[in-house]
Amino acid sequence: MMQQIPDAAGVRKSSLRPVEQLVFALREIYDGFGYSRYRMSKFEEYDLYANHKDFLIAEGVITFTDTNGKLMALKPDVTLSIVKNTQDPASGVQKLYYNENVYRIRQDAAGYQEILQTGLEAIGAIDDYTLCEVMELALLSLHKAGGRYVLEISNLGLLSELIDACGVSAVYKAQVLALIGEKNRHELQRLLEQAGVEAADLEKILALLRLDEDPAAALSQAEQILKGKVNDAKLQQFVRVVKALLAICGGQADPTADGQTAAQPEGAIRLDFSLVGDPNYYDGVIFKGYLEGVPKSVLSGGEYNALMRKMGRKSGAIGFAVYMDLLERYLDAPEGYDTDIVLIYDKDTPLEAVRARAEELGRDGSRVMAQARIPEGIRYRKLVRFDGSGDACGKEGPDGEQ
Amino acid sequence: MSNKKMIQIALPKGRLGDKVYEMLDKAGYSCPEILEGGRKLIFESPETGVCYFWVKPSDVAIYVERGAADIGIVGKDILLEYEPEVYELLDLGIGKCRMAVAAKEDFRDDKAGPLRVATKFSHIAMEHYLDRGRDIDIIHLNGSIELAPLLGLSDVIVDIVETGTTLRENHLHVVEEIVPISARLIANKASYKFNQASIDRITDALAAGKEN
Repeated sequence: MMQQIPDAAGVRKSSLRPVEQLVFALREIYDGFGYSRYRMSKFEEYDLYANHKDFLIAEGVITFTDTNGKLMALKPDVTLSIVKNTQDPASGVQKLYYNENVYRIRQDAAGYQEILQTGLEAIGAIDDYTLCEVMELALLSLHKAGGRYVLEISNLGLLSELIDACGVSAVYKAQVLALIGEKNRHELQRLLEQAGVEAADLEKILALLRLDEDPAAALSQAEQILKGKVNDAKLQQFVRVVKALLAICGGQADPTADGQTAAQPEGAIRLDFSLVGDPNYYDGVIFKGYLEGVPKSVLSGGEYNALMRKMGRKSGAIGFAVYMDLLERYLDAPEGYDTDIVLIYDKDTPLEAVRARAEELGRDGSRVMAQARIPEGIRYRKLVRFDGSGDACGKEGPDGEQ
Repeated sequence: MSNKKMIQIALPKGRLGDKVYEMLDKAGYSCPEILEGGRKLIFESPETGVCYFWVKPSDVAIYVERGAADIGIVGKDILLEYEPEVYELLDLGIGKCRMAVAAKEDFRDDKAGPLRVATKFSHIAMEHYLDRGRDIDIIHLNGSIELAPLLGLSDVIVDIVETGTTLRENHLHVVEEIVPISARLIANKASYKFNQASIDRITDALAAGKEN
């Protein structure tokens, strides 16, 4: 499936790959919401990652020793660097976005990976508005990639409180969260019984795993389940923010009509508490984005106040990353042609005439390749030959035929 | 959301797969063509909105994790060994057996050195002994695991035990049970988001069939 990303800042569309167009489109969106671009070095001291290993989504940091003998790493993650290198804002919220390459060791095969990651972070006094805005931006980012999408939203802080309130001890908690993440209700039930959780509480945890597909109905179900078991102010904030998100993003038939309103086709927002993370880092809203046809989540984010505290920061924080490496295959599906037009000249054709003809043919945005002979193995849409008099006659080239 | 897309189901080849298809058939997801044999690899049932294909049992999780299949049926042993990023929606309660440590009848672990463990399930064995703080030497084999302690290649084996007949016939016995195993219904996480209603329907139908 070849996607076209709309409005890539006036650059000729055919000159940019769809994933590159998406990077431009996302930059425009984030700029439009007042986020500033954050640039950073490719290197960080390895200690930063060694101390927060569990925060990284993939293991395998590429390390080297610098000229002073210090162990350095090629950045495997952007958020940790931003948290480390920014200050707590005196007031308000610092809003940043980035397009950066990160480097990882491949998990299943030998070698290294360079992955383009785009994302944003909001650091400071995170209020309802900021929570809602970041999730709206996540929805807009998914929408820009094209096709059907789903943003699933959970709240790890509330889920974690519910598990604690049900009397699950720390010994079982990680395992309980892992089973919740698998929607593994059968083993979860056995484990909760083993952990001595009362039947009514067990039902509450299991019920949270099968909420309605409709986000408004799911929100009301979740509110009923969590009420009385978790901090009411936090629960009410979550309900307010999700309701606001549904109100802001719901019902837009053409989300791009006014340029900056999130798309919300039916079913694009889901409330799903089986989305979990590490509670040592995430302690509030968390979310993941999916595009139909991509087998993994392409966007992931959430409130990481616990990480901020671990790193000695007073501010709250929320952000997300878009995994461009996963989108690349989805967006840059093989087009089938190496070029649109092959323009064949002979040794007697004046060079100026070849150049002028190539330019003329390329005026509609077509890619034109001028060659004395058709290169071996090339696939083109159309073949144009110069005849002896300098006129060109068009000839359709069958797919792949030379 | 539209649920018109066919749900792709990866079935494990062999006895377990046959039993699972029987369950699906009874649950209303019939595809008579699948029983006809021949060399066909993919079987569509437009009436019920599903599409079946047979794959090697250990590959089911790969097909599902990578989205080539929306759902699949796989043994818990494979899930524990490879830890694929999938939803585990249902314990089908069939293909029951256990993952166990077995050794020769006169075996005694004197803990003097690393325990030599022969297995096809290296990850499960490592996790099991890591939990117990026992140093081990994994010998990864692809078959005839029971032979390893008999020939002195290993001290113990970690393997699937169904009835225990093979062990008994070779003077081996179960030293320790690691985990019970049975067939599980798994789903690709992304596919689930776009086909939740259809996948939930299949899950519920299989769960109902299991109870009857």
